[in-house]
Amino acid sequence: MIGEGTQSTNQRKHSYVQDRVEVGFFTDPSVCIGCKACEVACKEWNHVPDHGFTLSGNSYDNTGHLGASTWRHVMFLEQDRQKGNQVTGPMSLDDDPFRWVFLSDVCKHCEEAGCLEACPTGSIVRTEVGSVLVQNDVCNGCGYCVVSCPFGVIDRRPEPLHDAGGAFKCTFCYDRQKSGLVPACAKVCPTESIVFGRLDDLRARGVERVRQLKQSGYSDAQLYDPTETSVRGIHAFFLILGEPEAYGLPPKPQIPTIYLKSAWTSAFATAIASIIATLAAFAFFS
Amino acid sequence: MTSDSPSEKRLEELREQAWKDGVVPGKGVDVVGGPIPRKPGYYGQPVVKPPVWTWQVPLYFFFGGIAGMSAVIATGAAPFHHVDLARASMWVAAIGGAVLSPILLIMDLGRPYLFLNMLRVFKHRSAMSMGAWILSAFGACVVPGLIALELHTRQIFPGTTDQLFRLAAGIFIFGSAIFGTLLATYTGVLIGATAIPAWFLHRTLLPIHFGTAGLGSAAALLELLGHRIPALNVLGLYVAGVETALLIWLSVNKHGAADRAIHEHGTGWLIRIGEILNGPLALVLRLFGLVPFAAISFLIGSLVSRIGWIAVGKVSGADPESVFAAEHC
Repeated sequence: MIGEGTQSTNQRKHSYVQDRVEVGFFTDPSVCIGCKACEVACKEWNHVPDHGFTLSGNSYDNTGHLGASTWRHVMFLEQDRQKGNQVTGPMSLDDDPFRWVFLSDVCKHCEEAGCLEACPTGSIVRTEVGSVLVQNDVCNGCGYCVVSCPFGVIDRRPEPLHDAGGAFKCTFCYDRQKSGLVPACAKVCPTESIVFGRLDDLRARGVERVRQLKQSGYSDAQLYDPTETSVRGIHAFFLILGEPEAYGLPPKPQIPTIYLKSAWTSAFATAIASIIATLAAFAFFS
Repeated sequence: MTSDSPSEKRLEELREQAWKDGVVPGKGVDVVGGPIPRKPGYYGQPVVKPPVWTWQVPLYFFFGGIAGMSAVIATGAAPFHHVDLARASMWVAAIGGAVLSPILLIMDLGRPYLFLNMLRVFKHRSAMSMGAWILSAFGACVVPGLIALELHTRQIFPGTTDQLFRLAAGIFIFGSAIFGTLLATYTGVLIGATAIPAWFLHRTLLPIHFGTAGLGSAAALLELLGHRIPALNVLGLYVAGVETALLIWLSVNKHGAADRAIHEHGTGWLIRIGEILNGPLALVLRLFGLVPFAAISFLIGSLVSRIGWIAVGKVSGADPESVFAAEHC
């Protein structure tokens, strides 16, 4: 038996979709072993095509970043910081602290989602469980969600890949959830670094985990869940060691719709000024 | 050999420098990819996604701006008895807004055959959705407006029927002007309300610039088509003045690393060249009476600047430091 076994919310059947319960992912790098089972499970279950096989030179991460064909992405951080109460000594180089951190990144399923607001076809919708879903057969590939995501998650799939032209991202395995199954990545995670469950339970679990880690000497452990910004919290939140920037996570993500008011005001003012200027030009210089 | 011999000291120095800078420059030695990257963020990976839009989009901004503002010029020309100019403007508006713009917009879609899905929903919080509706409404006004205007000026139908066409032309041209100004300015909102730092930091400037560039390009094109009248020259002076002011605004309102794509590298030059052709150069040429040159300068400037702004988005979106820096703006 691995982890919490059948007690784990990762291995139980559920009826969250039918019960309309808000669910989430809690991803905890302190127990991640960097096995990439989540990446593989995601690709296999969702029939996500490969996106080439290139070596990045960035630690053991040859995936790079989330995108149209990468819905889970295990990050490999190499930091010159102490890992908890880890002892540095003569066996390590120059007694310098060093730690290797793995974090499985995923679509954040924002409370206020930039992609969903931007979508002009209504292809992107909010599901019963609070996740954000792209309906592939509706998307016409306008690309506006791509520049509207504050986390750089969603992308348009290029030719010649399968289903090219549409925008893709993590579906939160909505198809599996409808049948009472757990998302593929959480199901396969051997250390429960990815936990799937009720959002309120997970948030409590996250707070408790940060407390435990701080006790164990991880002084820079914190939750990454931007509830204070216009994104108003995320359904797939993370525990991180160190600063969000190191994970390529924006410290204060904003939903771009907050910029609409000033931009439209400027547009309307320009529209009125243009009409007045044109009428005046013809009235006085005809 | 002792450790304080000069040769050993030299090696120590090299080690120190390698540790500090990540690379040691030396004659005949070049580290490929060096210094060993200490990149911002996560291995320098983009934090937000740069736009996937291709060449069709800046061209759409350019032609949509000309078409939309041409309809405004038609609204000014018609009541002041510039019938030929009104007809020419409506032709420009119809060809640009009802033919070229939709073609370019559809070509840019990842799945062009699904373009009608744009009209499934009406979302005022999505500038892309509003744009699709604005373009549709513009097309629905400009085509009947042009037909009614042509039928009226050619006096094809007698008496009352002709008066009806005159009325219809008036209403549809006015409608074209309203949706036309929005067509020329909403594109600034479209890129201003995104997660791309160099774009959203200039969300107030962008609609002014795109709208003014549209108006100036429409006037310039009509002048080049032979409509050399004082009203268009005055409009040309007005837009060149506004663009000069925007050039000053853009060079004063800098945000450091957050919008460096506007001020640095090739993208910075595109913006600068576009703004100079649009603003000071067009203004000076016009003041010296070199109207055709001023018109050509403005048209080229508008196109270069549209290409520049999309290129800026690609650079800024791919730059993780610009995203982090923008949070402190």
